[in-house]
Amino acid sequence: MMKIALYSAILLVLFGGLMYLAADLPFGAPLQSDMDDYFIKNGQEQTGANNIVTSIVFDFRGFDTLGEATVLFTAVLGVGMMFRKMKEGEEYEND
Amino acid sequence: MKMTKIVRTTADVFYPFCLVFGLYVVMHGHLTPGGGFQGGAVMATGAALLLVAHAYEDITGRLRKTAMKILEAIGLMMFLFAGLSGLLFERPFMGNWMAFTGKWFSHPVAHGPNPGDLNTAGLLPLLNIGVGIEVLGGLTIILLYMLSGIHAEKKP
Repeated sequence: MMKIALYSAILLVLFGGLMYLAADLPFGAPLQSDMDDYFIKNGQEQTGANNIVTSIVFDFRGFDTLGEATVLFTAVLGVGMMFRKMKEGEEYEND
Repeated sequence: MKMTKIVRTTADVFYPFCLVFGLYVVMHGHLTPGGGFQGGAVMATGAALLLVAHAYEDITGRLRKTAMKILEAIGLMMFLFAGLSGLLFERPFMGNWMAFTGKWFSHPVAHGPNPGDLNTAGLLPLLNIGVGIEVLGGLTIILLYMLSGIHAEKKP
């Protein structure tokens, strides 16, 4: 019981300190906004897409999205290897 | 392990709507919020609904592992070759050569709010469709593998 109260107090103090520090951060007013302004200003004319998020994800940084798709493919390969059908009489190696 | 008849019927009714809504999110990826990943996840949710409501043995006729594997591979290949196709038209890899050429998906778009036109954005719809097919196949085959694992464990 004492332990739980102690942990709760520590967590509360940490959370309060974090909130106190975060209160000073500027929110909604980025210091460097050149790149965002460029995307918002030229995204529609250069890619033809109304959705600026899609024009960034699939056009301006399309190579990253290829990586994302490859990560998903690799994850599925891993799951397929883990859940594969065991052969007749096959045993786990580390039993 | 199958659910009651009410749940199974509801799943059967909602499954096509899930697929259609996912397809809408994929096809309108360059106009409205969403895109390939999100739309593919919505379509896979339909498959998950079917899998949860029915028993695994009853579902294998409708969702086949081989078909899902092929879909996933086709999606990634489509993405890759759509990206590479820019090289044929003297543009860099993943360059948007189809936009504003007067062929498919190439109506011009003005800056600012507009009603939206499906026939725009060049390569982006193709990439969206590729990613959507891949996510549909990938998530569905993960679910199928996991549920078939449970099935095999319970058998003996």
